Amino acid sequence: MDCITWSPAGRILQVEYAMEAVKQGTPVLGLRSKTHVVLVSFKRAQSELANHQQKIFKVDDHMAIGISGLTADARVLADYMRNECLNHRYVFDSAMNVGRLVAQVADKSQQKTQNSSKRPYGVGLLVAGCDEKGPHLFETCPSGNYFEYYAMAIGGRSTSAKTYLEKHFEEFESADLDALIKHGLEAMNKTTSSDQSLTTKNTTVAVISDKYRELSSEEMQKFIDGLEKKEDEPMEDEPAPAAASGDAPDAPAPMDTSG
Amino acid sequence: MQAPVEQRWSPYADNGGTCMGVAGEDFVVVAADTRLSQGYSIHTRNCSKVTQLTDKCVIASCGMKSDAITLHKHLKARMVMYEHQHRRQPSVTAIAQMLSTTLYYKRFFPYYTFNVLCGVDDEGKGAVYNYDAIGNMERVPYTTSGSGSALVMSVLDAQIAKSNQTIATPSLDKAGIVELCKDVLSSVGERDIHTGDYAEIFLIDAAGISKTEFDLKLD
Repeated sequence: MDCITWSPAGRILQVEYAMEAVKQGTPVLGLRSKTHVVLVSFKRAQSELANHQQKIFKVDDHMAIGISGLTADARVLADYMRNECLNHRYVFDSAMNVGRLVAQVADKSQQKTQNSSKRPYGVGLLVAGCDEKGPHLFETCPSGNYFEYYAMAIGGRSTSAKTYLEKHFEEFESADLDALIKHGLEAMNKTTSSDQSLTTKNTTVAVISDKYRELSSEEMQKFIDGLEKKEDEPMEDEPAPAAASGDAPDAPAPMDTSG
Repeated sequence: MQAPVEQRWSPYADNGGTCMGVAGEDFVVVAADTRLSQGYSIHTRNCSKVTQLTDKCVIASCGMKSDAITLHKHLKARMVMYEHQHRRQPSVTAIAQMLSTTLYYKRFFPYYTFNVLCGVDDEGKGAVYNYDAIGNMERVPYTTSGSGSALVMSVLDAQIAKSNQTIATPSLDKAGIVELCKDVLSSVGERDIHTGDYAEIFLIDAAGISKTEFDLKLD
């Protein structure tokens, strides 16, 4: 069975199986306000000895992706997107339009679905970026489809996060950065099973506006401490970190290996 | 009847100017004038020859301005790529090697640029690298390039390396080297028609990169 064979029900099963691979990954979610887009990821470690695998990749100062699925495929797409952004800056001396790049990635993905000797990309991307029209959040699929969202979660157990996001998304537009990050982490918290919890080691929070920034462990810890307790205890007052939207330099993720 | 002489369009131009770099124990001083010329004419009096590549590194280029612009643009793009992959900025030594290979890549249609790459290396020491148009590089305590370079080099040999001095003088500190570079550029401006107008002085040390400007003669 290959990509050039239709099923009797009018589906291309290989593409749908590729989309299953996305659901196998750990969850990643994004949400946007009038000024920022926030990506939150829950990273997996292969074993106790291993680092948690990177799920959020900076593409340019104004754009980043969160991935779910085959990380190797994701790196290929990230490299492609980085090159496109660099070329655009070189030729036009300006930031690349987010939607246009997403459409290019979608077209690349579609080509793999209409070829007898290639397989689709096994990764879904959440593309977060800010251009002249403001902040955007897109999802791409192995099928070559793409959608724009106010907020979205993909990957394993992402439906619980989506439920939270659907409940609260009307608050996001006017939320300040701290509130947005809090919503993102609360939503991610819903995806963890009862024996897991968000820690600074397995979570990454990235903020995209005209700059890309990852929260440091200290900043993340403050938010995590304020998360709603699993056993439905009343929410503690969250200590508000001053100027989380300030220009702190990129903090490299702890123990992250390059590439 | 006169012997035939080949006439040919040249893809290269020399836009003049002078730049220099001096390495200190834990800092570097880079100085360059801002005059852009063509023959006996001035294109503009205020055009920087220097581009900042990282928090600790700048490159100054003399020769053909359009090649310098393209080269600097290319290097800046490479900086971004490096940061994507390594999640940190490249060191001066890494950039130095990369500049060398970038230049040699165009061995058979070179960038007509004579570059001086300066910065603070990973050990915190001042670093200055001198290049020719096709990428030969050498790390040196001080160097210069451009139309006034011949006038500058001997002065730096005398004042910094003190290679042939008979009378001993104390070595210069940071402020002293900055003043020396200013004096040298002023003097070059007197004799070299392509150097003058204004000058930029960059000081790179542990605190970062700071820039000052001062006036040269407008004639």
